[in-house]
Amino acid sequence: MSFPLLTATAALPAIGAVATAAVPAAKRSAAKWLALAFSLATFALALVIAFRFVPGAKGPYQLTESHAWIRDFGVRYDLGVDGIAVALIALTTLLIPFVILAGWHDADPLEDTAASDGGSAAGNPRWRPTQGFFALILAVEAMVVLSFEATDVFLFYIFFEAMLIPMYFLIGGFGDGAHAGGEDQAATQRSYAAVKFLLYNLAGGLIMLAAVIGLYAATADQLGTGTFSLQQIVEARAAGKLDLGTGTERLLFLGFFFAFAVKAPLWPLHTWLPNAMGEATAPVAVLITAVVDKVGTFAMLRFCLQLFPGASRWATPVILVLALISIVYGALLAVGQRDIKRLIAYASISHFGFIILGIFAMTTQGQGGATLYMVNHGISTAALMLAAGFLISRRGSRLIADYGGVQKVAPVLAGTFLVGGLATLSLPGMAPFVSEFLVLVGTFSRYPVIGIIATLGIVLAALYVLVLYQRTMTGPVREEVRTMPDLRIRELVVVAPLIALLLFLGVYPKPLTDIVNPAVHHTLSVVDKKDPKPAVQVNAVPGGGRHGHAAPDQDVEAAK
Amino acid sequence: MSSVASVHSLWTVAAEVPGRIPAPHIEYAQLSPTLIVFGAAVLGILVEALLPRRSRYYAQLALSVVALAAAFAAVIGLAAAGFGSSKAHIAAMGAIAVDGPALFLQGTILLVSLVAVFTFAERRLDPAAHHKPVDSFAAQAAAVPGGAAEQAAVKAGFTTTEVFPIVLFAIGGMLVFPAANDLLTLFIALEVFSLPLYILCALARRQRLLSQEAAVKYFLLGAFSSAFLLFGIALLYGYAGTVTYAGIAEVISDGAKQIDPALAGTMGNDALLLIGSALVLMGLLFKVGAVPFHMWTPDVYQGAPTPVTGFMAAATKVAAFGALLRLLYVVLPGMRWDWRPVMWGVAIVTMLGGAIVAITQTDIKRLLAYSSIAHAGFILAGVIATSEDGISSVLFYLGAYSFVTLGAFAVVTLVRDAGGEATHLSKWAGLGRRSPLVAAVFAVFLLAFAGIPLTSGFAGKFAVFKAAAQSGAGWLVVVGVISSAIAAFFYIRVIVLMFFSEPKPDGPTVAVPSPLTITAIAVGVAVTLVLGLAPQYFLDLAGQAGVFVR
Repeated sequence: MSFPLLTATAALPAIGAVATAAVPAAKRSAAKWLALAFSLATFALALVIAFRFVPGAKGPYQLTESHAWIRDFGVRYDLGVDGIAVALIALTTLLIPFVILAGWHDADPLEDTAASDGGSAAGNPRWRPTQGFFALILAVEAMVVLSFEATDVFLFYIFFEAMLIPMYFLIGGFGDGAHAGGEDQAATQRSYAAVKFLLYNLAGGLIMLAAVIGLYAATADQLGTGTFSLQQIVEARAAGKLDLGTGTERLLFLGFFFAFAVKAPLWPLHTWLPNAMGEATAPVAVLITAVVDKVGTFAMLRFCLQLFPGASRWATPVILVLALISIVYGALLAVGQRDIKRLIAYASISHFGFIILGIFAMTTQGQGGATLYMVNHGISTAALMLAAGFLISRRGSRLIADYGGVQKVAPVLAGTFLVGGLATLSLPGMAPFVSEFLVLVGTFSRYPVIGIIATLGIVLAALYVLVLYQRTMTGPVREEVRTMPDLRIRELVVVAPLIALLLFLGVYPKPLTDIVNPAVHHTLSVVDKKDPKPAVQVNAVPGGGRHGHAAPDQDVEAAK
Repeated sequence: MSSVASVHSLWTVAAEVPGRIPAPHIEYAQLSPTLIVFGAAVLGILVEALLPRRSRYYAQLALSVVALAAAFAAVIGLAAAGFGSSKAHIAAMGAIAVDGPALFLQGTILLVSLVAVFTFAERRLDPAAHHKPVDSFAAQAAAVPGGAAEQAAVKAGFTTTEVFPIVLFAIGGMLVFPAANDLLTLFIALEVFSLPLYILCALARRQRLLSQEAAVKYFLLGAFSSAFLLFGIALLYGYAGTVTYAGIAEVISDGAKQIDPALAGTMGNDALLLIGSALVLMGLLFKVGAVPFHMWTPDVYQGAPTPVTGFMAAATKVAAFGALLRLLYVVLPGMRWDWRPVMWGVAIVTMLGGAIVAITQTDIKRLLAYSSIAHAGFILAGVIATSEDGISSVLFYLGAYSFVTLGAFAVVTLVRDAGGEATHLSKWAGLGRRSPLVAAVFAVFLLAFAGIPLTSGFAGKFAVFKAAAQSGAGWLVVVGVISSAIAAFFYIRVIVLMFFSEPKPDGPTVAVPSPLTITAIAVGVAVTLVLGLAPQYFLDLAGQAGVFVR
């Protein structure tokens, strides 16, 4: 048996979490370095996965592992990656070291207790918030990686749900000390945000649980033995051995989709995100939006579309409209925000709308673009959010109105903030532009009206990003920001590589598209199995003559 | 009298014509788990009578632990000898079934009881009275609370070591309860384990009036439910002319073979069957704590000494659900279409009722009481499945749930202030800052209650919901999932309180327990995690135990 690379990639951060948590209270910086080392090692393993992965090889999944786990439930420990998973694992493991570095001082007990009470917490030698903070981050990483790798529905579900717990403690337990109403009120707000996050996602997950059980019952009924194996179910459906029936399939699809739509988050299930991102520290906010939420959109591609192709097509019109509302509504609310972090949260909702739009446009450009978007949005939001976090930690306020003229005082900080912002508004030359363009082209080719309305999101994005920059960075220097220091080395190390990556992928996205596209073709082939590419699509494309399968390369060329 | 010859059971042999009483044939070896426990209980009474006061505690503790361990070994021995599968049969003249479910449940009850006895024996939590260590039980149960006799008893450093034989009697009754194979044995077993529980509930050292009130409530309502049960048994006897499970099942499916002249007017009367089985079910649902027979649960759970609450919540539930399973699967399978809709309703209101009312609770013990009601609903969903999967999923759930419950109540005993245990939720604020380990352990139990993956609670919940879905009860699963979401809210609320709230200056302290309680809690955590991560072995065990003997 070959080396279990996928297991190792997930196990390493898990071990790191335990090791970090076990570091004695006095050795705080040792815990930080340990966590960083583990996250870097995990990234190295993810790179090995990316190199061992052969794009376009036969079979949907590679580097597979398969072991019996809970026989009674028909659950197997089945791992495997396709191109989409490889890209997202790489993104996750890439971002975690930056998250750790950016949050280097976020959980230091001295600052924490100075802001809060000081007495009881500092006096307790067993209270180790720093160790806990980094251990929780690594735990989240392990679970996210496993849920990207799982090809067994049950295995995926377990980690999809379990990751809520460490996330919940990260949101509720650590604040940025930048709340307007003092620490007491901040703690209340924070635990409110954490509970809201957990309840929304738990409710989604539990409804998915009902659907998971229903799927099992259906397979047990028709195949003899119940199974959760994605591949087995897809093959059985293709061979006609498993017929869910239209009504059942739609109900099951809705159960799954509801959970993913909460996680993603799609309007109108999005309301937990601004609270969670607003109250959490900037690195944790990055963890939420750039890492954890991606599991939702990823799962739509891997599970919703492949398990329930018929129901996916049935639900497409409604989902497209919801995605469209997400795009416009998120962008409009972002324009109206007074709080920097909430602004970025609403911008993310808008972007998730684009991703979901791309997925359910059911074209190769759309889905390829959506997958690229997941990666690019992760990087660009991380850059913007972390830069915003540095800004907020200097001034101790999240309100836009409290800033002004920062670019004269801290030009490097302002510069990185601007680049992150420009990436968020999808400026050509930055990575998100490629993906947003692909999504729009993919959508337009099938649903021209929706594609046209969606472009409104881009216009609004330019508005909220540039107004944010203008209000905080330009204009007369405010008294409170006059002594603001510029970026430190550690902070520069965090932001600079992300910006470099944004520029690189903006100019040369080929490495990513090469990995992602075969997987997208596979997904689409499963969805359109009984419904071959309709001639309508060809007619709908202005200029005509383009076929979905040949198009992505041309578009990528065009995007350059 | 010879006309009643068709009524073969241990209880009616004695009613035969005098002089022709055959000696009942008893398979002592196969009943050994029960006999060991009852024997130890009797010995415990002798210890209480004969040994000097100072050595009673150690003698009683050692006796109980050895007896429970030996009884558990006997269960394992019987299972290894094949009595759980191929050699399963009915022993003691048709009174007791020795089969897979019975052995599994007895094993679970014994393990749970063993751990519970550890928490009973804990003597480090309460501050020593007059330099003598005391446990959670009243110095002298008969003394009037606050009276002179009580003060004298406290001053003399008395402890109620009688709790050990009392709890052994209760355990013995619980071992018989799920194995009972005729209705009279069922009733006797119910009384044998209920009466000691009533006494145990009244024995709290602190807040004795509350404890006695709880005991009286429990006793009165319990007596009501016993009366229902007994009345139901009488009606069923009238219907079938027999009290054995197999006999009744036969009459239900094939009709009465020979009409007993004395019962000629009633036998085969469906009204008797329906009313009788409804009354018997009511008696059992009372013990299970299902809505609408749950009224006693919160008060009793709150008033009883916490170790007793933990024991009750865990072991009673196992025993009562075992008996319910056997009744529904052995006696009433022919009436499935009659009882299933009713039980659907009961399960739905139990799940939703428990979860919704729990939200408003401010006392941790009451909260856990309502949570136990909600869990009874989840287990009922598995009971209703009427399949082998249903049985094994219920068995698994009971095993998983009882250890979580026991551990959670053991943690509750640790959090104390000047007035004893600090059970009001507001006092738990900031516990995560003061004692991260205790709070983390409690959080693990809460997450298991909430059914978060990677804990035993999830595996159990998944098993019962899966069984329910496969039996076509899809909507029951949906209701179950919704009430899980509601229930998650209040479990999470406690976690929020512990970790994200500032500790209060006059907050409670966490007492450092003796190795006894530490063991109990550690076993709870270990079982919770092992059943969550690698449940296969235990699912196999429960799966093999999934067939009732007729």
